[in-house]
Amino acid sequence: MGYSGFKVIWQGLTGNKGWKPVWREPEPKAEYDVVIVGGGGHGLATAYYLAKEFGVTNVAVVEKGWIGSGNVGRNTTIVRSNYLLEGNQPFYEKSLKLWEGLEQDFNYNAMVSQRGILNLIHSDGQRDAFARRANSMRLSGADSELLDTAGIKKMCPFLDFDNARFPIQGALWQPRGGTVRHDAVAWGYARGADMRGVDILQNNEMTGFVIENGICKGVETSRGVIRAKKVAVCVAGSSGRVMAMAGMRLPIESHVLQAFVSEGLKPTIPGVITFGAGHFYVSQSDKGGLVFGGDIDGYNTYAQRGNLPVVEDVCEGGMAIMPMIGRARLLRMWGGLMDMSMDGSPFIDRTHIDGLYFNGGWCYGGFKATPASGWCYAHLLATDRPHETATEYRLDRFLRGKPIDEKGMGAQPNLH
Amino acid sequence: MIIPHPLLGPRDAAEFVYKGDASLINRPDGMAEGAEGAFHDYTYLRDNPAGVHRELWYHEQGDRSWLVVTRNTLTHEILSAELARDVARKEGRST
Repeated sequence: MGYSGFKVIWQGLTGNKGWKPVWREPEPKAEYDVVIVGGGGHGLATAYYLAKEFGVTNVAVVEKGWIGSGNVGRNTTIVRSNYLLEGNQPFYEKSLKLWEGLEQDFNYNAMVSQRGILNLIHSDGQRDAFARRANSMRLSGADSELLDTAGIKKMCPFLDFDNARFPIQGALWQPRGGTVRHDAVAWGYARGADMRGVDILQNNEMTGFVIENGICKGVETSRGVIRAKKVAVCVAGSSGRVMAMAGMRLPIESHVLQAFVSEGLKPTIPGVITFGAGHFYVSQSDKGGLVFGGDIDGYNTYAQRGNLPVVEDVCEGGMAIMPMIGRARLLRMWGGLMDMSMDGSPFIDRTHIDGLYFNGGWCYGGFKATPASGWCYAHLLATDRPHETATEYRLDRFLRGKPIDEKGMGAQPNLH
Repeated sequence: MIIPHPLLGPRDAAEFVYKGDASLINRPDGMAEGAEGAFHDYTYLRDNPAGVHRELWYHEQGDRSWLVVTRNTLTHEILSAELARDVARKEGRST
């Protein structure tokens, strides 16, 4: 289905009765070249790029719920490429470049809004660390700038610059960062994949792997066995429980991350702002709500809800940098499951079982990675070689002594 | 979450630091055959179950005891809490 301004106006005048579903509801075939387990953002992006860039169209996406029901429809929508390490930064810059061209690429309005991301600096040591990060970003072709307080005041005069405990001394500024409408990303990828022949099988829960003589030959689902030449698992948040069906233990724990939206306010916050002395990040949606979050709760969980101490901690972080939000009321909050990996970095890799591939461990940074994750996973599935920006995302990297420990925290998932 | 501390009674989970799977008590023997692989598995791999999970909580804002808490990761229901010391004694690893 094509979209145009004329069509929107015409449909608006005629009761919006002419819109049609943009992807099919096909019956599963007996066999596919690739079956992707998990119809989240990453799974749909993988299907889309497999079909569009690598010419693999005999593909199914098996999804337990409906498209957009998981983390792709419930995150804080931030996109950025302000990482430090070589194993990470080129990958995230690839992702940001794909975000920039995404709407033209899949011809769907994803409301990509590059309003910039501001990482506040509160100490001399942090300024040094962010200067290093800014240089590392530039080495990968990304944009970065170090701002002094005068530079920040031009954009965000409302911040608490002279806070007694955490005065603001500057910021790392990435103008190309911003936000993207998360649901539209899922819908756009689903539509683009479906148009190219990918079968999106919603309400079809994967219940086991078909493994014969050490080779993965397909998946068992609630709608029967679907055979496949390659099975691509892409279920971050539930990776532990899905890969356990193949007898695998992963360097991952499942944790919950809470997110929050305030009541609608007049436009106040220009882009994305993050607190450097605690953990708090905020942006303002087009509807006016402040969308914000902070740390994970910190204990293993598969319950999609968190506890109150973290709510308090996040709100304290917000109050520390912008006391003006103290009177805003919280409209809603929710929790989503995160694959917390041991070093805070993801995996896009083959497994020791032939025909079985794994994508996961995105911690709470999966949304911004969606396009590059899909692209690199599709590259791996189509060519059996990792994409050049994803060569370090291997499952055996701890055994080889090559963790990608962006935060320098060591093997403790709830600290990343 | 409220953790039923065996000595102090019900305490808010916010007083504790979470360490992870209780199997982290079972440090492998560094001198044994295949210690490298055993230490990799011990340090990095997790069962990460959806359901009953035995895990370590450290009462940092309290009596500084280590607890082994049995908790359901699907519901957050806490089924039991024991002193890690007692668990080790039962297994004959401490006096």
